[in-house]
Amino acid sequence: MSLLSLRDVRVQFNTAGGVVRAVNGVSLDLAVGETLGLVGESGCGKSTLGKAIMKLVPVAGGEIVVEGVDIAPLNREQLTEMRRKVQMIFQDPYGSLNPRSTVGRSVAQPLVLAGWKADATAERVETLLRWVGLPSDAKQRYPHEFSGGQRQRIGIARALALSPKLIICDEPVSALDVSVRAQVINLLEDLKSQFGVSYLFISHDLSVVEHIADRVAVMYLGMLFEIGGRDQIWKSPQHPYTKALLAAAPIANPKLARARQRTVLQGELPSPLNPPPGCPFNSRCPMAQDRCRVEKPVLRPVSNGAQAACHFV
Amino acid sequence: MGGSALPLEITDLRTTLFTRRGEMKAVDGLSLTVGAGETVALVGESGCGKSLSALSIMRLLPDPPARIVGGQVKLNGRDIVPLPEETMLGIRGKEIGMIFQDPLSSLNPVATVEKQIVEVLMTHTELGRGQARVRAHELLELVGMPDAARRLDAYPHQLSGGMCQRVIIAMAIACSPSVLIADEPTTALDVTVQAQVLALLKKLQADAGMAMIFITHDLGVVAETADRVVVMYAGRKVEEASVDELFESPLHPYTVGLIGATPTPGAARAERLADIPGMVPPLNALPQGCAFAPRCKRVMDRCLTEKPNLTVPGAGRLVACFAAEGG
Amino acid sequence: MQRFEFPRFEFVGRFARNRGALVGACLILVVALMAIFASVFFPTDPLRIVGLPELWPGEDPEFPLGTDSLGRDILSMIVHGARATLLIGLFASAVATIIGVGVGAIAGYFGGWVDEVSMRAAELFQTIPNLIFVLTIVVILGSTLTNIVIAIGIVSWTPIARMTRAEFLSLRDREFVQACRSMGMSDFRIIVSEILPNALPPVIVLSSLVVAGAILFESAVSFLGLGDPNVASWGRLVGDGRQLIRSSWYICAIPGIAIMITVLCLNLVGDGLNDALNPKLRDR
Repeated sequence: MSLLSLRDVRVQFNTAGGVVRAVNGVSLDLAVGETLGLVGESGCGKSTLGKAIMKLVPVAGGEIVVEGVDIAPLNREQLTEMRRKVQMIFQDPYGSLNPRSTVGRSVAQPLVLAGWKADATAERVETLLRWVGLPSDAKQRYPHEFSGGQRQRIGIARALALSPKLIICDEPVSALDVSVRAQVINLLEDLKSQFGVSYLFISHDLSVVEHIADRVAVMYLGMLFEIGGRDQIWKSPQHPYTKALLAAAPIANPKLARARQRTVLQGELPSPLNPPPGCPFNSRCPMAQDRCRVEKPVLRPVSNGAQAACHFV
Repeated sequence: MGGSALPLEITDLRTTLFTRRGEMKAVDGLSLTVGAGETVALVGESGCGKSLSALSIMRLLPDPPARIVGGQVKLNGRDIVPLPEETMLGIRGKEIGMIFQDPLSSLNPVATVEKQIVEVLMTHTELGRGQARVRAHELLELVGMPDAARRLDAYPHQLSGGMCQRVIIAMAIACSPSVLIADEPTTALDVTVQAQVLALLKKLQADAGMAMIFITHDLGVVAETADRVVVMYAGRKVEEASVDELFESPLHPYTVGLIGATPTPGAARAERLADIPGMVPPLNALPQGCAFAPRCKRVMDRCLTEKPNLTVPGAGRLVACFAAEGG
Repeated sequence: MQRFEFPRFEFVGRFARNRGALVGACLILVVALMAIFASVFFPTDPLRIVGLPELWPGEDPEFPLGTDSLGRDILSMIVHGARATLLIGLFASAVATIIGVGVGAIAGYFGGWVDEVSMRAAELFQTIPNLIFVLTIVVILGSTLTNIVIAIGIVSWTPIARMTRAEFLSLRDREFVQACRSMGMSDFRIIVSEILPNALPPVIVLSSLVVAGAILFESAVSFLGLGDPNVASWGRLVGDGRQLIRSSWYICAIPGIAIMITVLCLNLVGDGLNDALNPKLRDR
């Protein structure tokens, strides 16, 4: 049984300009102890998908199943139970902590909501802060006294409080400086080997995802385009969009950067308000045929052992 | 103005922030030269002084609290630090152009693209309105704006981030400046659009032989664009080298740390990233000796009391570190 | 790790940096002390006739501010009146703040039709001229202190509601609120214990200004003779001196000046609070 499985999940928003299908039929599975990287450009729906799993945005269709239980029909109490298993780390270290709550109070929040006693909570908070590498006197201080990296550690401590099985990391290192980013990535990896927690790691930074993920899913305009093992995706990407994305990512090595031949993808992301019919990538795809403008491709196994949604691979 | 002068020659530039919490040396003795057709990347983490260096060169510092307190910025042989603001108005946009990080907020939201480009052209050149409009169209074509003729009448909010950045680039190069400063020009853009903009900047630079200062925190972008790299930490230059040498044999422990902390796609997967412990010290609480000493793996007694000066470990290289000096 | 000053001291420091606010706060403190210790200074009933009528200020050293048309001590009446005036201001502001914050918080947090309805209601209140609205309520319900306080509260809540709503709108999508929602925290708890403390600073500033407004409203109501006859507020003193305004104008002027100074000081304090609580001005 997979820890998390999504079946044809859909999320849509009604905006002044019309309906935006932010997530348009995504299915994927996440196994116990696995890190699944979810990559894509802005507006592809990767963050929305993460929020849908946390029930932070209304789900318009499909199933979200956590350890075999569909979370849609759950009542409040059962949801609380589910939330112990799945926690979230947010992108903005400045926005994800209440500026008027002490760090101790923020970290203790999930415990208090779960009905922990005061002394047990205090002890747990100490442990959590130690795990994420913060001094224990941090708990009576306020978020503004901490740097971005430290705040992100506080957010991680809060997510770990109830020993979740899955942590959804929504761009957890995007707002951090390079040296601090490495600290946080290493911390996430240490916590994984220590507690066997799984991550759904949402990021636009391909080099970070390649470093941390076991499997990778690529999204574009609400659709899953390719999903497979990290090496499968990086060594032999199948979907033209995955190829373009990998080709566009800067490489921190001038020799490798010069050596690779680079086909720069033309055009920009179409508006999610009115995506092209058929395959949403057809307006930029170098391989697009007539069929792509009519028929939407479905995810199916391809030669590298991964799954891709393209008519021509 | 001698014909042999370099487009940009900065000597011992010092910029200080005068705040309630004391004086902070945001840029502390930066020296830098950029030749025609050359791209120098200014790399560092937030607060290292790279953006304030750029604003100092443009004489666009927010005053108060920031002020240039010393040094020279020679643009085509002329020191622009003592020039009055009126003279700078004629220089900015003409001899030196700048591209900012956030493309949407650097454009005037209530003027069309055409009007904004035409304004730049009419301020700095002899072109009449009609000629300027023709030139604006040419410029948009030049920066690869899709459907350029139609976009002339668009307002910034009708354009995507990548298109706005193209408009900014068109305005920056409108008068063929000899120096272009790009401050994190692709940080706000998506990966595929970033690749487009980087390719565009490279091409424009090669065609016009511009000197370019490229400010970024992303070592991947550095590797893709720069000829030479200057690494800054806490307001000071700690290392300078050609891009190949820097990535192949970094000398300063901070540079080593930055490169180790950046995952390289396609490279063999390391178990852990080499992180740098601690964090960048605030400018008002810099340690007495080397600013990097508290985080440095090769720290020595000397580093705690004395600031290392730049030394020349090899041809075309500079490093400010006692440990690197000693071998 | 960076060390910062303890936030509360920082707050006092920023407030004190604004000279006007400091002077205002000191004067308000004097008025408040006057109100609290009124019966210590002047143990006798201020409405008792104690001397000759219409003594000008300075004419008799026993009555430094003179006496009114009935021969009552004006200084005693001012000191005792401070109590009524301040209480009316504070309570009316409290009523306005409670209504305003409640409506604004719910409208801003839930949005949608709840927001629509609340804001239309607020507009309705704003279209009616405030003074006329207060007078109408007082006339209908009767001239008691409670009714006046409620009436002023009802006309003063709308700006507070709008301010609170705007703060909630910007805060409700912040990630720390999402974090709370993702933990399954109830809406009520999120509103009260998470968002409200962050939304309060500008609301406090506005509330301090509403105190000033309320004092003016009460003065106007009393001046027009619709005040509570059992309470000697400053507004009533002005009203009482109305008939003699051409000969003994000081009877009106002295309480008038007291009102003016207090309202001015409250506004200065409001500005100071704004500077101290507004993070945009920090570090400048």
